Amino acid sequence: MREKPSAAGKTFLIIVFSILYAPIFYLIFYSFNSGGTMSGFEGFTLDWYRELLGDTRLLIIVLNTLVIALLSALIATIIGTFGAIGIHSLKKNKGSILGLNNVLIVSPDVIIGASFLILFTIAGMRLGFYSVLLSHIAFSIPIVVLLVLPKLAEMNPSLIDAARDLGASSWDVFTKVIFPYITPGIFAGFFMALTYSLDDFAVTFFVTGNGFSTLSVEIYSMARQGISLNINALSTILFLFTILLVGIYYMLTQRSGLRIGGSFRR
Amino acid sequence: MKKLMTGFIAIALVSALMLVIIDRLNAAQGYSGADTLTVYNWGDYIDMELIDRFEEETGITVIYETFDSNESMMTKVQQGGTTYDIAVPSEYMIEKMKEEDLLVELDHEKLPNLKYIDERFLDLAFDEGNKYSVPYFWGTVGILYNPEMLPGKTFTSWDDLWDPELKNEILLIDGAREVMGMGLNSLGYSLNDTDPEHLQEALEKLQTLTPNVKAIVGDENKLLMANNEAAVALAWSGDARDIMWENEALDYVVPEEGSNLWFDNMVIPKTSDNIEGAHQFINFMLDPEIAAINTEYVSYSTPNQAALDYLPEEMVEDERFYPSSELTERLEVYENLGQEMLGLYNELFLTFKMH
Amino acid sequence: MDNKFLRNLYMVPYAVWIIVFVIAPILLVLYYSFLDIHGNFSLVNYERFFTSVYLKLTLSSFWYAFLITLISLLVAYPTAYLLTKTKHKHLWLLLIIVPSWINLLLKAYAFIGIFGAYGAANNFLEFIGIGSRQLLFTDFSFVFVAVYIFIPFMILPIFNALNSLNPTLIDAANDLGASRWTTFSKVIFPLTLNGVKTGCQVVFIPALSLFMLTRLIAGNRVITLGTAIEQHFLVTQDWGMGSTIAVFLILIMFLIIRLTGFRKRGA
Repeated sequence: MREKPSAAGKTFLIIVFSILYAPIFYLIFYSFNSGGTMSGFEGFTLDWYRELLGDTRLLIIVLNTLVIALLSALIATIIGTFGAIGIHSLKKNKGSILGLNNVLIVSPDVIIGASFLILFTIAGMRLGFYSVLLSHIAFSIPIVVLLVLPKLAEMNPSLIDAARDLGASSWDVFTKVIFPYITPGIFAGFFMALTYSLDDFAVTFFVTGNGFSTLSVEIYSMARQGISLNINALSTILFLFTILLVGIYYMLTQRSGLRIGGSFRR
Repeated sequence: MKKLMTGFIAIALVSALMLVIIDRLNAAQGYSGADTLTVYNWGDYIDMELIDRFEEETGITVIYETFDSNESMMTKVQQGGTTYDIAVPSEYMIEKMKEEDLLVELDHEKLPNLKYIDERFLDLAFDEGNKYSVPYFWGTVGILYNPEMLPGKTFTSWDDLWDPELKNEILLIDGAREVMGMGLNSLGYSLNDTDPEHLQEALEKLQTLTPNVKAIVGDENKLLMANNEAAVALAWSGDARDIMWENEALDYVVPEEGSNLWFDNMVIPKTSDNIEGAHQFINFMLDPEIAAINTEYVSYSTPNQAALDYLPEEMVEDERFYPSSELTERLEVYENLGQEMLGLYNELFLTFKMH
Repeated sequence: MDNKFLRNLYMVPYAVWIIVFVIAPILLVLYYSFLDIHGNFSLVNYERFFTSVYLKLTLSSFWYAFLITLISLLVAYPTAYLLTKTKHKHLWLLLIIVPSWINLLLKAYAFIGIFGAYGAANNFLEFIGIGSRQLLFTDFSFVFVAVYIFIPFMILPIFNALNSLNPTLIDAANDLGASRWTTFSKVIFPLTLNGVKTGCQVVFIPALSLFMLTRLIAGNRVITLGTAIEQHFLVTQDWGMGSTIAVFLILIMFLIIRLTGFRKRGA
């Protein structure tokens, strides 16, 4: 596996990446359009960026979105990882539990949103930050479980037995044997949970209230009037910021010898 | 393990920091104060500067929340757990919300500016005597087309859409009432018709339109028409107005057989805990000067007769968007046909789409 | 020594989640599926499901979900494989995920522009001499954009599986004179089967209930079960019928889990 990708391989990767980024560059391009919409580029302007500067409401919405995404992904990753370890250790009924696990992935968002809304109102919960956070944790857990499980399945069971024989406590088995092995799965789960949370509109819409809103809700509700280009500008800033963070994070981890995916090196 | 923990702790810290910032910002905006008013509206459907002005004049802090469809808005109001003081539903939804007892009766004493509304748009069937609602914007459903792509072609009637020359050129709206209504109107029936045979007839007529239909779309029809993606679209007048600013070649027409007349209206939902402030807000929005500023921003047709004086002439005199009473008399407002009928409309529309 | 209860304590949050956020909503959906539009208890929704319209919808949902999964796999496997060979593989992997953090509706609008009659895709076709054609509102663009959305979900598990392959195994195969294809089909692929399975599940299952793209990109020329549920919940407000379709979706999903059998381990 140490050989470099061939020329054909490189071309393939370049094509995949350019397709992945094409719509994003399209959005960025039109964020500089002095015309009002994403059709017909009329001239260069920075007005849409200027408009963002004074918009505290939008700033709050962006921060809300980020907090919800980070916290829900974090908590879902923790719960989901332990859940996956639990499922893995089951002797029977694995299929049924896994089926239950996947229910939220297969259910359309409106159903999840509506049923969570009913649950929260039955429980008498005030709708707002906490109801949204709980919902995002809830629909992110299954994807974490699904991404951690294959790493557990790859793990040699004798590894755990060996550790136990050597007198390791349960805690030691977790921290010294299982976690290091499944770290790539955990990271994958975290990033996909982040994706789920950032993209969700329908569930958030139903379970939010009292002045709490996220970027997706704001964007979808704009559709009828036409999405304003300052949303493009906002997405551009967020995108560049993300790329910057990825770059910084990568340089830091490179230096300290850590890996993002935490690959398990022998 | 160590790097997992470091990562997790870092994320928790960053989140905590952001929560503090959000809290500060909310406090600075007055959102956590006592005298607040929550407005529940479509996204970008008001000039935000007017909200600032209202806040200055009254000392009330406005929280602006948004929804993307009438139905989901109603579900939220119905389930409770929220405190919306103003909502802006379309007219057919008002009947439903009335039925479900979700609206607060308006106190007309507190709404002196109601007198500025054009009489044509008051006291309509969906809310007699305007007991619960005040019109916010209004419009029609019609044909939006691009004369440059169809030289020599004009539209006066729904039947013009069935022209074989328009093969694969028409964008329809993804709404059962709109499309079935078009079929019914073109046959000379009312778009509130409940006779299953007439509906079947309308479906059969619509199915002969299939070769001309390019796609059945939603709000993105604006983008598509602005991009010259299709030559003809079924469209709401408000959207048509928006697109025509983007693509000046386009023209809009309301067919002579009749069509739909729609309203978005301000109401006070039962969830309100600031009914006094809600009345102040409605009255503020009815002020002719304010309504005019809002109309210039939103660009839909305003029902505020007195506001027309503050608007540019070419806007007000445009018959396509401020039609004469002669035309509006031929237009029909959607009636609430009941769930069963709505189900039938939808199933027929689904059959049409499956083709 | 820790007793059994303590040893299983770590599973409590997950179990609570299953009860509160999975089983409770399922019961709720099941309950609604037995209500007709007047709120009376009846089986009418189940009768309606077995009419031609909904069965046709089920079939077409399956077909598109299958296509989307297959194409995602065909693109994702080589991508993941090539990524493991790059120098900064984890950086590149992260860059595969980043585009999925931009709002879906915005990206769909961008695709409308790109696939449009005068969009970049058609300019390119013109340039290479194929000539412009209708791309928007076709099966092609629908599957393309769906694959675009799901591809990171397919790449991640496969990448993780490939990345933990022991390189000595491949060296050994090469030393034994295995051709590249034999090495791949007999050594690499079987060892990454778990990752492939996971990838297929996380793509196929949500693809069954895909909805928004059916309107935005396919102009309602593709209709899936997801679209129908959406309509029933939001337009007709016939939650009963919407729930009934959801019940079938959940049943189908359980069936798929059973069939793909998670009990067999990859190697």
